[in-house]
Amino acid sequence: MKLSGAEIFIECLKREGVKTVFALPGGVVLKIFDMLHQQKDLEVILTRHEQGAGHMAEGYAKATGKAGVCLVTSGPGMTNVITALADAYMDSVPVVCFSGQVPTHLIGNDAFQEADNVGLSRPCTKYNFLVKDVNDLAATIKEAFYIATTGRPGPVLVDIPKDVSQNVAEFAYPNSVSIRGYNPTYDGNKWQIKQAAEAIAKAKKPILYVGGGVVFSGASQELLDLAEMTQIPVDMTLMGLGVFPGEHPLSLGMLGMHGTYQANMAMHYSDLVIAVGARFDDRVTGKVSEFCPHAKIIHIDIDPTSIRKNIHVDVPIVGDCKTVLRELNQILRATVNGDQKDLRKPWWDQIQQWRQAHPLTYQQEQDGPIKPQHVVKRLYELTRDRDPIVSTDVGQHQMWAAQYFKLAQPNRWLTSGGLGTMGFGFPAAMGAQAAFRDRLVLCIAGDGSVQMNMQEMATAVVSKLPVKIIILNNGFHGMVRQWQDLFYNGRYASSDLGTTPDFVKLAEAYGAVGLRANKVAKLDEVLKQALATEGPVIVDVPTYPYENCYPMIPAGGCNHEMILEDPPELKQKQAGERKVTPEDKDTVLTA
Amino acid sequence: MKEKLRRKIKTRYSQPKLGAVSHQLKARMEHIISVTVENKFGVLSRVAGLFSGRGFNIESLSVAPTLDPSMSQMTIVTSGDERIIEQIVKQLNKLIDVIKVVDLNETEFVSRETAIIKVHTKDADRAEALRIVDIFRANVIDSTPSTYTIEVSGDPKKIEAIINLLQPLGIKDLVRTGRVAVAREPIRQAVTQTKKVARE
Repeated sequence: MKLSGAEIFIECLKREGVKTVFALPGGVVLKIFDMLHQQKDLEVILTRHEQGAGHMAEGYAKATGKAGVCLVTSGPGMTNVITALADAYMDSVPVVCFSGQVPTHLIGNDAFQEADNVGLSRPCTKYNFLVKDVNDLAATIKEAFYIATTGRPGPVLVDIPKDVSQNVAEFAYPNSVSIRGYNPTYDGNKWQIKQAAEAIAKAKKPILYVGGGVVFSGASQELLDLAEMTQIPVDMTLMGLGVFPGEHPLSLGMLGMHGTYQANMAMHYSDLVIAVGARFDDRVTGKVSEFCPHAKIIHIDIDPTSIRKNIHVDVPIVGDCKTVLRELNQILRATVNGDQKDLRKPWWDQIQQWRQAHPLTYQQEQDGPIKPQHVVKRLYELTRDRDPIVSTDVGQHQMWAAQYFKLAQPNRWLTSGGLGTMGFGFPAAMGAQAAFRDRLVLCIAGDGSVQMNMQEMATAVVSKLPVKIIILNNGFHGMVRQWQDLFYNGRYASSDLGTTPDFVKLAEAYGAVGLRANKVAKLDEVLKQALATEGPVIVDVPTYPYENCYPMIPAGGCNHEMILEDPPELKQKQAGERKVTPEDKDTVLTA
Repeated sequence: MKEKLRRKIKTRYSQPKLGAVSHQLKARMEHIISVTVENKFGVLSRVAGLFSGRGFNIESLSVAPTLDPSMSQMTIVTSGDERIIEQIVKQLNKLIDVIKVVDLNETEFVSRETAIIKVHTKDADRAEALRIVDIFRANVIDSTPSTYTIEVSGDPKKIEAIINLLQPLGIKDLVRTGRVAVAREPIRQAVTQTKKVARE
């Protein structure tokens, strides 16, 4: 049966189990859109900006564990989606992006809306293809999905010239893929796993350091088994949140620059670090030369390049987290004897001391301005029974969400970790909502970040994606302001946003619901009202503008030397000239 | 006590661990890496982009198809300490178009480079130029009344040496291929040596 390139494209997507395509049309992909329009199996969500399409595909992928798909046009369509591809590359998100290209005979001629898509995306994709012949299209799409979803996942770009989507070819979808230069290792080296088991049995102060790799590998049950069997405390990275229940007694919360006191102290003083699906990012290690100075390090990761990239590793294990942990558990089950609780008691006593010494804390006065942490905490308490999916943008609010929103399960947490892309949260939430129409999807955003992809509100309304956005509105690029307070003598260079729009009216302008909570007493009521609303909602919460996020390890600092509260001179300022009453803030906002 | 504690603390990648040996490991060493890749368009840019994107160093790179025309062989001369070389090898392996990576420094290898040198020759110098060519077992591959074009191949030191000798005559043009290298086949022990061992 002969099919056009566009029909082959659709057939391939169906065979890959794709249900939703996030897309924005343009001249060279019109044939594909025309065919998409004439079928019913694939839902097309029209975004307002290609970056939004990319992040939606990411959100879809993170929530489902399957590849997210986006489709953009040539030239500016492609350059717009680059940020999302780079984001997906840093956070290992399986995204397959299809871009249009000018007809093959015009490539290289500086044609209208031409860009070197393959060249542009090379450093920010796992792999990319330019399809020059319609006969190669089906096999290429099969390979693209295979590469995106296997090994360490990542984004893959398929560039389709206009004539390729129009030409016809015999359609045959390959059953399997074999690429001679690509054979990810799934089974860990048995000898190394044995070494790891021995090290765990010997360790007095071990700690698990788990990241996003465990989420994608689907190994949270294996992780739970390991931790409970051996009574080892668990530190999660930003990307790993949810992979281990946040309320579990063995969980120490997030580690790193804004991690909890106990998580970072336990890391620093441990004698064995078991890193699983994490990559020793600089936001976690701090000063590399003083990172975990007493510890032996076991590193389990599917990507060999992650191992020994930043940190010397004693027991490297290349393999899939799930298979490796399963095997490790098997060995440990046979060897670990006696009551692990007794064995670990001194270590846990120490951790409890840290826990009690500096728990996460903030001061909320009942008649004072709303503290951002309080909003996240109340949101968490109000929604925990509904098992929500939570997305965030990037900045202070992201860190507060990571600290106070204690997720119980993986694939509920959508955040931009590696690239730190502001504007990620809202479209990612919509992507997840498109995958799970009945679930509660929350987007915790900052007033700075949310404006970066605000245009997607139109998509949310038209495509009926009832995402609830909670804006922690402090009128600043908060994290930038915090750094300026701490390291630049409080000179707010371009961090003060001046006027932020009236988000309530903005929501209404798009045809969504806008709500505002400007008093602590009103907060619960407004949040409940938002959660009960059917369509997309923006909840604007004016918060205390000078609140800083602690604990904090200054960039390049050592993990046990955390800043735990505002330094004295800053405290003085907060109590004096920066004292804000809710009325002030309210008038500022509505003026 | 404190002193003792401090000594116990291992530091990661900050201090030499094994004294003199680690000093050598830290030193930037030249490595020749042999990479077998798919013979497709765009592969060279992926490899070159990997080096530039991660701040690795390329001293020379040569590439040509292998016996199997679907594959190409790259020889990359790079330098770095042990950790950087490990990363280079791993990152190259991670590229999907890369089929095989061998760090030739881990084995015995032979390497060669070819240079083509165009030399100005005044009448008085022409005999001298030919003498130099003879010493280095080089070839004159083109000649005009005022120039010789000389082809020479060998290890980089030999090329440097002939360049130094030809320089006083006046080099008009110089092109070098960059190195190509191949691992040596394992050598069987010579018979005499076995006998000697037996006698002992």
